[in-house]
Amino acid sequence: MIATNDIVLHIDHVHKTFAGLHALADVHLDIREGETHAIIGPNGAGKSTLLNVCVGVLPPTQGKVMFHGTELTGLKPYEINQLGVARVFQTPEIFGDLTVLENVMMAMLSHRDGAFRLKLVSRFDEQGEIGQRAIQALRDRGLGGHIYHLAGALSRGDKRRLELVMGLVQKPKLLLLDEPTAGMARADTNATIEILRQIKESGMTIVIIEHDMHVVFSLADRITVLAGGRVIAQGVPDEIKGNPKVIEAYLGEEQV
Amino acid sequence: MKHTSKLADIALLIGFAIVVALGPVIFTPIGAGYPDLLQKFAIYGIFAIGFNILFGLTGYLSFGHAAFLGVGSYAAVWSFKLLSMDLLPAVIASVLLAGLLALAIGFISLRRSGIYFSILTLAFAQMCYNMAYSVLTPITNGETGLRVLRNDPRHLDAAFGYVSPMPSLLGLQITGWTGFYICGAVLVAAFGLSIAIFRSPFGMTLRAIKSNQNRMGYTGYSSRPYLLSAFVISGMFAGLAGSLLAATDPLAGAERMQWTASGEVVLMTILGGAGTLLGPVLGTGLIKYFENIFSAYNEQQLTAMFAFLPDGVREAVVKTTGLFVGEGWQLTLGLLFMAVVIFLPGGIMEGINRLLGLKHTPKVKSLGDSPQRDGLGEMVIEEMPPSHGAAEADKKVAEQKNAEKKRAVAP
Repeated sequence: MIATNDIVLHIDHVHKTFAGLHALADVHLDIREGETHAIIGPNGAGKSTLLNVCVGVLPPTQGKVMFHGTELTGLKPYEINQLGVARVFQTPEIFGDLTVLENVMMAMLSHRDGAFRLKLVSRFDEQGEIGQRAIQALRDRGLGGHIYHLAGALSRGDKRRLELVMGLVQKPKLLLLDEPTAGMARADTNATIEILRQIKESGMTIVIIEHDMHVVFSLADRITVLAGGRVIAQGVPDEIKGNPKVIEAYLGEEQV
Repeated sequence: MKHTSKLADIALLIGFAIVVALGPVIFTPIGAGYPDLLQKFAIYGIFAIGFNILFGLTGYLSFGHAAFLGVGSYAAVWSFKLLSMDLLPAVIASVLLAGLLALAIGFISLRRSGIYFSILTLAFAQMCYNMAYSVLTPITNGETGLRVLRNDPRHLDAAFGYVSPMPSLLGLQITGWTGFYICGAVLVAAFGLSIAIFRSPFGMTLRAIKSNQNRMGYTGYSSRPYLLSAFVISGMFAGLAGSLLAATDPLAGAERMQWTASGEVVLMTILGGAGTLLGPVLGTGLIKYFENIFSAYNEQQLTAMFAFLPDGVREAVVKTTGLFVGEGWQLTLGLLFMAVVIFLPGGIMEGINRLLGLKHTPKVKSLGDSPQRDGLGEMVIEEMPPSHGAAEADKKVAEQKNAEKKRAVAP
C-alpha cells in the first residue's frame, strides 16, 4: 500500500518475535493527519512493543514503519525524534538532576539546533530566548511554581506533565503517549484529559496507548484493538463499543 | 535553583584571579609560598579543571587522563628541541597532539559506558606508558627521559636569531615567580573557559547526559559526539598542563603517564567536588600540599614541634604523628579522602556550601503535588534542613491539607 499524503504513520504488516514469542503478528495500521488514534488491548497485547517499534527502540522482525514517507526502521531514537516524533513515557523519563526549566530548555534546544551542535561558550540560561519561551510553556501547563526545582523531586503526576511539555515544545508532527494516566487518581486523570483535548484541538496527530476506557472514549477519533499481538478490531469508538470480539477480549474482562 | 547570573560568574572569575595573583602572600603562612609548589598547584589545577569537564559534567570516569598529560609534555619538549624555546609553539603542539590522541582513544572508549569505559581508558593509558618505555624510545628517550640539549636545531629560534637557555614566553624566562605568574595566568584563563563551558548549551547537554543518557535520544540528541567533544576538550586541557610541566622542568619522562598520575587527578576532582567549578582546583591544592609539605616533615622537626611536652609523652606523640607525615603522608591523604567521600559526597565544595548555607540539598522525594492531585500515598515530604524556611512552610501546608482530607473523609 502506498502511503498517501494525509497518512502520518504507516505501520506496514509489522511482525515482532521475541525468542519464539509472537509479540506482534501482522500489525497493519495507518495513522491519519490530525487524528487522535487510541491503541487499546489487554495486558501483553503488544501495545508497548508496537510503540517501541515505532520509535526505533526495537527493530521489527518483519515489515516496516513509515513516517511521512520516510522509513523509520533502522533509525536511531534521536533521528526519529528529529523527524518530528515525540514520545511521552509510561514511567516518566526526565533529566532528574536538572531543573524543570532546564528539562524544557533541553527539549527546545534539540528542536532548534538539531542532534549535535557544538556551542561551547554562548550563555544558555533563563534570560535567553529559549529560556523565556520555556518558562512560558511551563506556566501555560501549570508547572510555573516548579520552574527552578529539580525535576527529579517532582511528583509523578507533575513529572508526566513535564514530559508532555517537553514533547510539545518540540512542535512534533506526531505525539506518542504511553498510558498518560496510568496510576493517576480520577481528578488528575480528568485534568490530563482536558490538557490532551486542548492539544488535540490544536490539530496535532496523537497516538495514545491507554488502559482507561474513560480516557480512550473521551479523546479518540479512531481506536485499534490489539489482542495477542494481532489487530482484532479497528474503527470509530461507537463501532468498537459494539464489537463482540472486543467485548470478549477486553471490555468484557474489565466489567467482570 | 536559578541560573547563576552573568555578573556572579564574572565576580567569581575576578575573585579567582585575585587569589591567584596574591598566591605568594596567601600561601606563605602555611609554608607553601614558594614558586615551585605554587606553580604545581596551577599546572595540576588546569589538569583537574579539564578532567572535571569530562567527569564532573558527563559522569564518564576516565582513568587514563595522564596519557594526555604525558603526550603534552613530550610534544612540548620536542617543540623546545626542534622549533623554539618559546612557550607558544610548545603549547600549540601539546594541545593539538593531546587532542588528537584523545580523539582516537575517546572514539573507541566511548563505545562503552560506566566501568567498561573506565577500564578502556586505563588500558589505553597504560599502553601509552609502556610504549613510551619500549617501542617509542626513539621519540621518548625511554627511561632517561626526553631533555632539551644545547645543540638541538630549534629552527624557529635559528631563523630569528633568538637564543634562550631556558623555556620562555616572549622573552620572559619561565622560572621562579615569573614562572608561577605565567602558569597562574593560564590557570585563570582555563578557569574562565571552564565557567563559559559550564554555562553554555554544551555544558547543559553534558549534565543532561549524566542525568539520563537514555532520555537524550528521545529528546533528539545524539549523545556520542557530545561525549567525544568533552573527552577531547578535557584531553586538550591535560595537554596544556603537560606543556607547562615541561616548560617549568624541561625533562619529560614516561612516569607522568603512569596510572597513579591518572588516579591522582580523579582524587583531586572528587576531593574538591566533581561537577563544581572551584572544586577541582581546591582538591588539587590540597593534594599537592599534602604531597609536598606533609611528606617533608621528619622526626627532628616533629621533636622540635613537640618540645614543650614532657620527655616520655613527647616520644609517643612524635612516633604517632610520624605515621601520618613524611613517608606516611599518603595515609593522611587516604583518611582525608575517605572522610570526604563518606561525609561530604559532594567534596570540599559541598562542605563549603553547607557552611555558608548557600545551597541546601533538600532531602525530598517529592515536592508535594499540584492542587488537582489528591495524592494516593504520593505525598512524601521527607525531612528538610531546618533552616529552610520555605520548605517548612510547604510542609505545614501539606500537613494541613492532609488534615482537611481526613476531616472530609470522616463521617
